[in-house]
Amino acid sequence: MSVASVFQPIAARPAPVRTQGLVPWMRANLFGDWRSSLTTVVVALAAIALLPGMVNWGIFHAVFRPDLGGCQTARGTGACWGVIAEKYRLIILGRYPFGEQWRPVLATLMLMGLLGVSCTRRFWKPWLAPLWAVVMAAYFVLMRGGLGGLTPVPTDLWGGLPLTIMLATLGIVLAFPIAVLVALGRRSGLPAIRSMCIVYVELVRGVPLISVLFMASFLFPLFMPMGKSPDVLLRVLVGITLFAAAYLAETVRGGLQAVPKGQVEAAATLGLTYWQTQRKIVLPQALAIVVPAVMNNFIAIFKDTSLVTIVSLYELTGSLGLALNSDADWRPYKLEGYFFIAAIYFAFCFAMSRYSLWIEKQVSVSRTR
Amino acid sequence: MATRPPPRRRDWSWRSQAFRGLVYQVLAAAVIGVALWFLASNTVDNMRARGIQSGFGFLVQPAGFDIGESLIPYDALDQNWKAFLVGVLNTLRVAFVGIVLATGLGTLLGIGRFSRNAIVRGLCYGYVELFRNIPVLLQLLVWYLFFTDILPPISEPFTLGGMIYLSKAGFSFPVPVWGLGQALAAAGAAVCLPIAWYYRRWAIRQFELTARVRSVFLVPVAIVFAGSILGWIAGGAPTAWNYPAPGAFSMEGGASATPEFLGVLLGLVLYTSAFIAEVVRAGIASVAHGQVEAAGSLGLARGQTMRLVILPQALRVIIPPITSQYLNLTKNSSLAVAIGYPDVVSIATTALNNTGRAVECITIIMLVYLTTSLSTAGFMNWYNNRSAIKER
Amino acid sequence: MTAGKPLALASVLAAALLAAAPAQAGKTLDAIKARGQLVCGVHTGLAGFSAADAQGNWSGLDVDVCRAIAAAVLGDGGKVKFVPLTAQQRFTALQSGEIDILSRNTTWTLSRDASLGVFFIGTTYYDGQGFMVPVKSKVKSAKQMKGATVCVQSGTTTEKNMTDFSRANKLDLKPVVFEKIEAATGAYFSGRCTAFTTDASGLASVRNKEAKNPAEHVILPELISKEPLGPAVRRGDDEWFTIAKWVVFGLIESEEYGITQANVEKLMNESQDPVVMRITGKSEDMGKLLGLDRDWMVRAIKAVGNYGEIFERNVGPKTALNLPRGVNAQWNKGGLMYAPPVR
Repeated sequence: MSVASVFQPIAARPAPVRTQGLVPWMRANLFGDWRSSLTTVVVALAAIALLPGMVNWGIFHAVFRPDLGGCQTARGTGACWGVIAEKYRLIILGRYPFGEQWRPVLATLMLMGLLGVSCTRRFWKPWLAPLWAVVMAAYFVLMRGGLGGLTPVPTDLWGGLPLTIMLATLGIVLAFPIAVLVALGRRSGLPAIRSMCIVYVELVRGVPLISVLFMASFLFPLFMPMGKSPDVLLRVLVGITLFAAAYLAETVRGGLQAVPKGQVEAAATLGLTYWQTQRKIVLPQALAIVVPAVMNNFIAIFKDTSLVTIVSLYELTGSLGLALNSDADWRPYKLEGYFFIAAIYFAFCFAMSRYSLWIEKQVSVSRTR
Repeated sequence: MATRPPPRRRDWSWRSQAFRGLVYQVLAAAVIGVALWFLASNTVDNMRARGIQSGFGFLVQPAGFDIGESLIPYDALDQNWKAFLVGVLNTLRVAFVGIVLATGLGTLLGIGRFSRNAIVRGLCYGYVELFRNIPVLLQLLVWYLFFTDILPPISEPFTLGGMIYLSKAGFSFPVPVWGLGQALAAAGAAVCLPIAWYYRRWAIRQFELTARVRSVFLVPVAIVFAGSILGWIAGGAPTAWNYPAPGAFSMEGGASATPEFLGVLLGLVLYTSAFIAEVVRAGIASVAHGQVEAAGSLGLARGQTMRLVILPQALRVIIPPITSQYLNLTKNSSLAVAIGYPDVVSIATTALNNTGRAVECITIIMLVYLTTSLSTAGFMNWYNNRSAIKER
Repeated sequence: MTAGKPLALASVLAAALLAAAPAQAGKTLDAIKARGQLVCGVHTGLAGFSAADAQGNWSGLDVDVCRAIAAAVLGDGGKVKFVPLTAQQRFTALQSGEIDILSRNTTWTLSRDASLGVFFIGTTYYDGQGFMVPVKSKVKSAKQMKGATVCVQSGTTTEKNMTDFSRANKLDLKPVVFEKIEAATGAYFSGRCTAFTTDASGLASVRNKEAKNPAEHVILPELISKEPLGPAVRRGDDEWFTIAKWVVFGLIESEEYGITQANVEKLMNESQDPVVMRITGKSEDMGKLLGLDRDWMVRAIKAVGNYGEIFERNVGPKTALNLPRGVNAQWNKGGLMYAPPVR
């Protein structure tokens, strides 16, 4: 036998590569290969080159107090957030009478609270519908006035964020029943109803919202009997509702299609009528599926309300113009104003999209069970 | 209610489903009909009562107004329909360029979400969330403000070597002086295009037969390029360029894109690309992970895996939603009216005011967008059918 | 009865539609009296002509015309609801009965009178279209602006006038057309356009109220068009047309005969001038012919003063707009304001 049989230990194995912690993470995610490393370096250099300027402009050299002189000296090197401090009431609340501005604030908080409640699963109970009716009534009483000692405020003075929220919320809420009917109609076996629904949906989805708003604003009065035309806010709301309904109908139709055919057949064997089947079997399942998609529709409508400024309603985008365009002193700081309302829009839309993702997970959990 | 066998003949009773269906349809048609009749008769009454003139006859009357930018020669003495045509072409121009750029940027961003580099992933995510959560109108206004407020005046523009200028008058760049050489170059490219196409088909067939890889992209491009170079040389190889120069009130010479066009374009592209990025990301995510692993085991590099394995499969998921993004971009181009770009909506409102034909002008706007939407949807459906899985 | 649901729904829908159906629109005057309010379409904001302050109080020349008509018709110059309208909205708003009168510095032209379903009742301001440029552009005459970019608000006669002027002088002006006047002036002030064009009075308003420093902008001497601005009413109601027309004429004639806000009461009781006596309703009841009462003109003047006072208060030399009386003076003082006699 050879000497090889003498015990010889093999070399110790190297310690396992650390995969946890900051350094390994950076190695994997920032310096994975030469291309990744190069990208990291380039981005880092760009950040070093650009960030200080931006931070200085936005924070360190910026003027935060409504101080016109300070803003003028800082122009070019620092932002003038003072314009927000000076004009925020006009930007956020529009032309609503100054002394009465607690009313839109209260009414909008109420509406947002209701939206929050409606978005929480625990509160999806039958009493939600009457609650909506009560809150909407209170909302309009607060905004319009004329009841209980509140001075009347005509709708053309409504503006700013309350108007944005109101148009988006009412638009989607009113559009919802229409959308469900149209979606059912589009899947119905009755050819006349089906084709009418298809024509409506495709017609509306084929044209831009702005043409619908032009129609509501310029043409609608011609369609109505002389002198019977509702005021422009209502007309625009009708336009937004009909527009949103077409998109929402397609969303709901997607949900209807996802309900297995067996469910309908089972309902038929139980002897349920068409409407019973839809109400008790199909719609509850379909609507649960489409909640996240409906949320996305809501986000889209929320952003689209900015278009009503083109037909001279002063919602958030419009009221910024109102606040700054006619004031020569502050007009040069419009960019800061735009950033401000962009941040408001972003906060709302981002929060809603997070909610939509969360609810999507909830729904998928309940479906896999 | 007991289930009954379906009636063989028409059953005129409320218990017959067919009869009920008929009643519902007649009722619905009647309600819609009455509503439409109500609106139409009001409109006619209103117009007659006030002597408002109507009809599309105004389209052949002289327009009488100038248009800031136009793709075709247009004069204020031209008829209204030509003004509308200018508007439609302006809309299509911004929509077409916007779609091409947004697709490119969106695809890059969507792929970037899967990058190995965390910074790239983070930037792409941040971009998507930022740009899709701010109304597109606001973005247009911000970009327009940027172009008109922050850029220097025409008298002292940013310039790159006196060739490219950026100022409040927009982006000006040199263009070749159009002549025989350029015409022949275009002709050469046009002639070589079918040749390149034929080569590409031949190369693909050869690859399928023999597994020999031939370039299906570079060579055809080279063929077209060579054709145009030959044409250019045959035309005497002209090198004259038309350079822009700052004039008293505008950039003279060269070609330029106005701040209005750039504002609309940039706003639409950045907004839509955020949505396209999400569509692309979802498409890529829908490709089974086994495909990636299989490609890896065949020794494909990451880039190749993406290009040859993942994207072709993701495309099938991507096309339908991306179509609606294209349609959205086209429809959103109507917001150009807010920043003074003469698109079809802007021209129509001007014509509306000159002629008072509100119903007709808004109908034209709607018809233009409907036609564009339906034809884009038609084209993308055709492409979708072509690229859908053909199962044996 | 689940099957009846869509039926019920349909009938509710139909009922809703029919409920909105005509309760045959009455005459404009009756409607205004029943409503207790005159609905007046005005500009969304043009200082001196119609502008609302932060509290929503409207002021301006066009606004005062509406107040005068409200005072004559309803007895109170405050009973007016002002509806701010963009250039595009204004005619449909009037056509559709959304407003009773359009008093929004609107140019009287043949095509508007003949084809838009509106009637102009007279001219309250004789204007002409001009150009405004920054002083530092060193432009002294509109004819020097070859190839220049000009900011315009859409939906006005302005675009066409500019085109005509540009063609006639081979200037090749490039319009940048905005939907709203704020956007147009904003683009001009930011330096996007070499010039801004609108009626000269509008230029003065924009220059003096919206420019950071009015001295940095100059209104060029050329007036390239005639712009008689005046209120308009809907076609098809001759009585209302006559009333609105004669309130405006009455304001002009009151100035001619020296009837002012301050002295109208005194003149009504003391004056022996037959014209003054007719206007104040002391001798003949002119109001009755219009379907109004004796004091119609007295109330209008008490509310806003005569035409000269309205002009001085809103746009005249003592205001920020600083517009000279010029062609808007009385006919016997070299101007064009010539009211047919209230007789």
